[in-house]
Amino acid sequence: MNFLVNYFSGLGKSTLNRVNGVGAASIMLYGALFAFPQWKNIRLTISQIYIVGVQSLLIVMVSGLFIGMVMALQGYTILVNYGAEGSLGPMVALSILRELGPVVTALLFAGRAGSALTAEIGLMKATEQLSSLEMMAIDPLRRVVSPRFWAGIISLPMLTLIFSAIGILGGHLVGVDWLGVDAGSYWSIMQATVEWEKDVVNGIIKSAVFALVIVWIALYKGYSCIPTSEGISQATTQTVVYSSLAILGLDFILTALMFGI
Amino acid sequence: MSENIVSITDMQFYRGEREIYKDISLSVERGKITAIMGPSGIGKTTLLKLIGGQLTPNRGSVIFQGDDVHKVSRNRLYEMRRKMSMLFQSGALFTNMSVFDNVAYPLREHTKLDESIIETLVKLKLEAVGLRGAAQLLPNELSGGMARRAALARAIALDPELIMYDEPFAGQDPISMGVLVKLIKALNKALDLTSIVVTHDVKEVLGIADYAYIMANKTIIGAGTPEQIKNSDSPLVQQFLRGDADGPVPFHFPANPVEADLLGDSA
Repeated sequence: MNFLVNYFSGLGKSTLNRVNGVGAASIMLYGALFAFPQWKNIRLTISQIYIVGVQSLLIVMVSGLFIGMVMALQGYTILVNYGAEGSLGPMVALSILRELGPVVTALLFAGRAGSALTAEIGLMKATEQLSSLEMMAIDPLRRVVSPRFWAGIISLPMLTLIFSAIGILGGHLVGVDWLGVDAGSYWSIMQATVEWEKDVVNGIIKSAVFALVIVWIALYKGYSCIPTSEGISQATTQTVVYSSLAILGLDFILTALMFGI
Repeated sequence: MSENIVSITDMQFYRGEREIYKDISLSVERGKITAIMGPSGIGKTTLLKLIGGQLTPNRGSVIFQGDDVHKVSRNRLYEMRRKMSMLFQSGALFTNMSVFDNVAYPLREHTKLDESIIETLVKLKLEAVGLRGAAQLLPNELSGGMARRAALARAIALDPELIMYDEPFAGQDPISMGVLVKLIKALNKALDLTSIVVTHDVKEVLGIADYAYIMANKTIIGAGTPEQIKNSDSPLVQQFLRGDADGPVPFHFPANPVEADLLGDSA
């Protein structure tokens, strides 16, 4: 009997905690989104773009290159059986622009920038820097959270475009330069097949949605973490796990909406 | 006559399920140094966060300059916070900026002063705490005592009316402790401040305080001028002043009798 009561009260408590968490995260999202239009914040946002965006360039570019190369290699071995290796260009371009670009960049971004954001905010909380901002009558949402938020949303779509461009070049490197696919057909069939709105813009929309989810999770996890070393490490792990799952889940939904029947 | 800058009445506070304060009433007189002493772990820092409006009590009120901290609008609370300032135990300096930028930060945020005026002000504040020479250092290059003094310079940057010190002496060597004691006293007088010092370093703080409260067992167990406190006949107060291990404030955290715990039901 007692066991049952404990079970249900525990269930209720954890549900309430979850709902509480979602509420707190939504309030934070609201605060961060609408704290933007201030000159000082724009300057802070630009310096954050450097940290989350520019400093993620290397990993994104290298990954893009290898993904493009692998795609071309795999694609070629299959297409050549049907004598269709001329279609290698659109195959590489479409799979990268529609799926691999947004998803892989977002996963990399979650691991590289999301975890860093959580750890940074968590440590600021643990060392009472957030508290001391509040006591100085400065809203940490405005000065700390909001610039990082917007920096993420601005950076990720750009990183995604760079990833896709380099991926297509990597495909060219393997497909054309190494395996001998005709360069003219690589580019011209790609140009004829890839549509601006359907493929490129949809990829950008995907990555913007992923960016929102990643920075939201990362900043909320940091902001609400238990301010101890275990708490911060747990929050950082959760950021990477939750955002990765969210990216993959959302990708399916977005793909269904964009390309589904 | 002097007025109270902060008055707390019948405050009760729970953290989760745990009761931190049963019933606290105290007042802080303008222009004075008020010490709040008590064993560690009884939520002295929590008290300062309640005064600053970062936490909300379950019952009772905190009045700062005539307004209830927990009933005013958020904007008004932020206005009130500009008049109060808090020195955190860790210093809470922003680790990505130099000492100079740390002290300049509240000025840059809250005033439209020219950068040259800010520079002068910051230098003056740093001079007051003896760190003008360390302006360009980063917080991780400072010793613990210096970090606390730098944080103090930042705390007085906006010329607050009330400054709250959270364990200013904890973990300090005798020299920096002496420096901090002198600074708190001198700043209070020179800047016409009101100070609340939360600490368990009885000797140091009783030397400079005008009035003192002793907290234990979720409430206030003694209050008075340092003389009155020293001569108090309350066994609780005397235990705290002498530092006895056991007494009205028990050495043991509440638990079952040790026999029952160790020997199981057979005892």
